[in-house]
Amino acid sequence: MKILIIEDDAAAAAYLVKALREAGHSPQHAADGEEGLSLAQGESFDVLVVDRMLPKLDGLAVVERLRREGNRTPVLILSALAQVDDRVAGLRSGGDDYLTKPYAFTELLARIEALVRRTAPAAAETVYRIAGLELDRLSHCVTRDDTEIILQPREFRLLEYLMRHAGQVVTRTMLLENVWDYHFDPQTNVIDVHVSRLRAKIDKGFDRPLLHTIRGAGYVIRDSGR
Amino acid sequence: MTAVGRLLRTTAFKLALGLLGVFTLAAVVALLYGVWQASRLVQGQIAEAVDTEISVLEEQFRLGGLRQLVVVVEDRSRQANSLLYLVTSPAGEPLVGNIGALPPGTIGKPGTSEVPYSRADSDIIARDDAYVRVSQLAGGFRVLVGRDLGERRRVAEVITRSVLGALALVVIVSLLGGFFVARRVLHRLDAMTATSRRIMAGDLTERLMVTGSGDEFDRLALATNAMLDRIGILMGELKEVSDNIAHDLRTPLTRLRNRAEEALRTARDEAGWRAAFEGIIEESEKITRTFEALLLIARAEAGAVRDHMASVDLRALATDVVELYEPVAEEAGFRLELNAAQDVHVHGHRELLGQALANVLDNALKHARRADEAGQVVTVLVEADESSACMTVRDRGQGIDEEDRARVLERFVRLESSRPGSGLGLSLVAAVMRLHDGTLQLMDGDPGLRVIMEIPRLKAVLPKRLHKAP
Repeated sequence: MKILIIEDDAAAAAYLVKALREAGHSPQHAADGEEGLSLAQGESFDVLVVDRMLPKLDGLAVVERLRREGNRTPVLILSALAQVDDRVAGLRSGGDDYLTKPYAFTELLARIEALVRRTAPAAAETVYRIAGLELDRLSHCVTRDDTEIILQPREFRLLEYLMRHAGQVVTRTMLLENVWDYHFDPQTNVIDVHVSRLRAKIDKGFDRPLLHTIRGAGYVIRDSGR
Repeated sequence: MTAVGRLLRTTAFKLALGLLGVFTLAAVVALLYGVWQASRLVQGQIAEAVDTEISVLEEQFRLGGLRQLVVVVEDRSRQANSLLYLVTSPAGEPLVGNIGALPPGTIGKPGTSEVPYSRADSDIIARDDAYVRVSQLAGGFRVLVGRDLGERRRVAEVITRSVLGALALVVIVSLLGGFFVARRVLHRLDAMTATSRRIMAGDLTERLMVTGSGDEFDRLALATNAMLDRIGILMGELKEVSDNIAHDLRTPLTRLRNRAEEALRTARDEAGWRAAFEGIIEESEKITRTFEALLLIARAEAGAVRDHMASVDLRALATDVVELYEPVAEEAGFRLELNAAQDVHVHGHRELLGQALANVLDNALKHARRADEAGQVVTVLVEADESSACMTVRDRGQGIDEEDRARVLERFVRLESSRPGSGLGLSLVAAVMRLHDGTLQLMDGDPGLRVIMEIPRLKAVLPKRLHKAP
């Protein structure tokens, strides 16, 4: 993936570029808002990672300008402003996701990959399939190897989100935000318990587990048996 | 600017000046009207006197002919302050009367007119015109009766003089009044400004003077003083918080550093390094969480998030949060019960209210366990009446001693320092309640603890009305 990082802190940017390259992407770096804007205007990127507070041109202004010009490249806004309302402002300006500093690199990577997937046509499918697991978004019916699995509504949404991002790591905060629509700090490992309940329903009794825990990052649903 | 200049620029003085202008205009209009009315009255009296005299003379002429008329007119002309008389022959020759001169043709046209004249005993044209009436008698004779209009002028003059005099007095008094009021206002304002300057210079203990008269300046001073009190409290809290932050961030930062140093010293293999780094990341996460909780409290206290408040259904919110915590509670050996009979709409901040309820629930799950009991119930109750809405979380644990209840709301206070936590959970809940003009109460659950979050509902009229509609 071609990723443009607009970040004024040189150390943070160097770390991001290196880590993203190791993860198999091709990142490019701009040190201020104006440079970032002209790079984003001149080339086509898969995703933009934009720091909110930038010299010369503010990060939100960069995103607004790009959106006005019809540029629909997914944008992840990075910010030291953590509050819900700053988040709202960030998303309103045209950002697609918002991540607060300090962040875990795994979280950033997971969100970038989720953003690119979101714009892919797969999101529009009505039936998600992984190995023998099938989820019908219209009839809300879940089966594995043709055996019906009864899920609670929230478990269904949890599985739906995981399957939409099949093969990608999704973090606990991503799940809280997208499945529960809350952005607060739940204090305890509430999400883990929900996921392990779901796992008990979809993986128990089958020889090939699909829902995996990625240590220090989150969860992924994928068929790793083959 | 001179002292007088400042006086003249005060609102009080300008107001006095403006009112004065309005009143002067009204007085002038009233004056013109009064003069006009008085003139009409006097004019009417003059006309009536002249008309009566004419009919008397006509009667004399009818009874005694020209001779009698002449006798009567001669007699009346000689009286002091007499009316004006003139009798003329058919050829227009004056026969008798006390008028010296009249504009030519006056006697020729019967009816009334206002003309200049002079008396027979003087050559000077009278100062005022006369109101005259000419009557045609039998045989071509004519009789004229008139009266000087000076009275009309004098009445108008008297009225004008008295009103103008009064007006002058009013103007002087108003200017003086405005001046003194403005000076008083300036005096108070100068005192307030001076105090404000001293406060700005750093003396936050100063207060504006309150005279006790209850006037608008007192009200302003009281409000300003209340604001200063609040600022003083906030400043104090801020200082306390920054001290606490310094303490509570320094401690984990020290631990972070210690771990790194220890790893440098002792780690020999990859597993050792890995464990050290994981520990470091964990510590940094703790610091971040503490920091975020503090920021959130600051935000809620500053009220800046009020713009993002909207109608929130507490039942839906509690349902979400209870559902989120239910599996964790079950794992910890609790049963979560939600008791919410109806939708409860309040004007609030969904995220912050959710965080508040989550914090309280989290506390209950962490601390309510009693060693001898298993399968405890934690109840979340959402209820409302006309004026307020309540979210209550009740556990059946060991509760909190009465003397500790106020203390746990303070920042960084942890009753069980061995348990994990930042000591900010309940402080945040309290801040969120303050943001909603609500209260946070800790009550004895007998056994256990009842945490009551109460929010006034004054702003939630609309959903209630919708609710009542058939």
